[in-house]
Amino acid sequence: MNRNLPADPIVRELVQHARSAAMSRRALLGGAVGTASVLSLAACASGDTALTPAADISADDPTVKWANWPFYLDEDDAGNHPSLDAFVAATGIKAEYLVDVDDNNSYFAKVKDQLALGQDVGADTVCLTEWMVSRLIRRGYTQKFNLDNIPNHANLVETLANPDFDPGRQQSLPWQGGFAGIAYNTEKLPGGLKNIDDLWSADLKGRVTVLSEMRDTLGCIMRAQGADITKFTSEDFYASLDVLEKQVTDGQIRNVKGNSYTEDLVSEDALAAIAWSGDITLLNYEAGYEKWKFVLPESGGTFWNDTFIIPIGSPRKTNAEKLINWYYDPAIAAEVAAWVNYVTPVKGAYEEAIKIDPELANNQLIFPQEETLKQVHVFRTLTDAEDNEFQAAFQSVLLG
Amino acid sequence: MAIGAFSHGPSGITTDAPAQRSSRIAWLLLLPGILYLVLFFIVPLFSLVMTSFQEMVPGGFIGEYQNAFRWENYTEVLGMYGEHTLRSFLYAATATVIALIIGYPLAYFIGVKLRRYPLLQSLALVLVIAPFFISFLLRTLAWKQILADEGFVIATMKTLQLLPDDAHITGTAISVIFGLAYNFIPFMTLPLYTTLERLDLRLIEAGSDLYANPFTTFIKVTVPLTMPGIISGTLLTFIPAAGDYVNASANFLGSTSTAMIGNVIESNFLVLQNFPHAASLSLILMSVILVLVSAYVKKSGTEDLL
Repeated sequence: MNRNLPADPIVRELVQHARSAAMSRRALLGGAVGTASVLSLAACASGDTALTPAADISADDPTVKWANWPFYLDEDDAGNHPSLDAFVAATGIKAEYLVDVDDNNSYFAKVKDQLALGQDVGADTVCLTEWMVSRLIRRGYTQKFNLDNIPNHANLVETLANPDFDPGRQQSLPWQGGFAGIAYNTEKLPGGLKNIDDLWSADLKGRVTVLSEMRDTLGCIMRAQGADITKFTSEDFYASLDVLEKQVTDGQIRNVKGNSYTEDLVSEDALAAIAWSGDITLLNYEAGYEKWKFVLPESGGTFWNDTFIIPIGSPRKTNAEKLINWYYDPAIAAEVAAWVNYVTPVKGAYEEAIKIDPELANNQLIFPQEETLKQVHVFRTLTDAEDNEFQAAFQSVLLG
Repeated sequence: MAIGAFSHGPSGITTDAPAQRSSRIAWLLLLPGILYLVLFFIVPLFSLVMTSFQEMVPGGFIGEYQNAFRWENYTEVLGMYGEHTLRSFLYAATATVIALIIGYPLAYFIGVKLRRYPLLQSLALVLVIAPFFISFLLRTLAWKQILADEGFVIATMKTLQLLPDDAHITGTAISVIFGLAYNFIPFMTLPLYTTLERLDLRLIEAGSDLYANPFTTFIKVTVPLTMPGIISGTLLTFIPAAGDYVNASANFLGSTSTAMIGNVIESNFLVLQNFPHAASLSLILMSVILVLVSAYVKKSGTEDLL
């Protein structure tokens, strides 16, 4: 096993692969009990030892795989992604776009064992919400960028440049952001809603749905309770959870769900919701008129970002960096924002958007101005212990 | 028992060379099945049992556990999720009874009444299986649309004053049980059909010849003769229904007040990453089903039929 590895990166990777396969074959031959203990050990693989990033074979392997959420990249009727095709044409790097992320937690559950062993997760870059990104960074599951490959990182808006989990954005760069606030059916509720407390009015009993993303639902409720979500305490959290629990038990809140809450708005099981801004724009687009309206509660909404990272086991880091750099070009960022309807973190995209479509550029939910940004707040980073405790408490409300 | 049946051969003389060879062949033929069971049932089960006793790594990250003998996992989940467990079995039992009430007459009609028209009979069977041509998830989602607050079902029922004005169906126990019953009716109907199709009608004739009224004949003759179908139908419905997590999920027909044990396991595995709790709940579900089923089979006196 101590023989030197061949110099050629591709051959080297093949040899490494063969060696690791030989190892796991031996483990399997250890018999049923051996296999079982391997399985259960893999389940609790510890992150204590520092992981080393995979060797970069970008120069010899001009491909890149990008895992992302559904409806999160411009797409034409044939299912192609024009901005990504342009990247392939410009750089010669063959990009594969994978719609693999449906939920931060379940994506993490799927790849965490590979991450803990420093293996390739099947994506060279992936966009996850920042609270999950902070967890990955804390555990050393990401690779540091070579910012020379991403000259466009200078286009990142200042407000997002220095998060507590990654000062100076050494290993994470935002892809798109959005707001959580109130959405309502304008036909059934012509009077509109202004605040979270309006959701609890008697005539909406059983017609309200809220998000199963803890940070958005409780973030909005906490703001309504007067707490500062950028530095809330445990008491603030539980006070808001009590509000949520009461509304769920009383049947005021009919359901708590993830992406599929939009189905409830469409079927009109829900007339009002705590919702994500971009979804409502998309729903209205499909309906052909402004059937639903998204408003930021007067007490404030939440602002989240889904962010690029390069997983520790990715052997094509340079290619991934070139891809990220591509999307930090203001013109391309504007093109994407026009399609996905979320907030782009790229400076100059607004000016580019005005050229494409002035109406779009003045949509506060896509290109928010100072006034709008004052109304939204970022949920503070939780420690692992807090995350565990708060999620358990939140889930127990969801399970009734 | 199956191996024994093979290895002794028809002659019953085990010292014969051909018999020994056939025994070896029998083992060889069984090998893939045994390997499959060991690899995909015994090993994962063992891993599940080990996981269910794990404890958190002190000071570790979320989702990090180490092997231990932490039996408190079991008492904790029973305390936290006892209600969900009970609810699961209640929903599954109700759905099974409903599926039986709907499935039995259906199977009787196809298996007995349509016996003289083989073409119609096959057509009817295809209709029973037809829902499987469309994904289970899509069918369940379709019901969610049909039963929606602004859908025609609710509107009609409200107009007829069958429902109060502020009532709704989706997200309630009614829609979850409805979904379970609907989704499992074919699993109930098909085993019933296979026994009813073989039902000897002369025995029913004999029943009425002996002055039994149709109801008594049904209870004393038809039901006992079709018991194997009833047992396998109810088991095929009850077991998957108790562990089902789709119908009761908030994304389909359920809500926060209808979570079944499958939803709790899902939440523990995927969201909370509390693998020991999820594993111990899975094992509890498995053992309760095992106990219930064996008691049921014993009570119906049909061990031989399984």
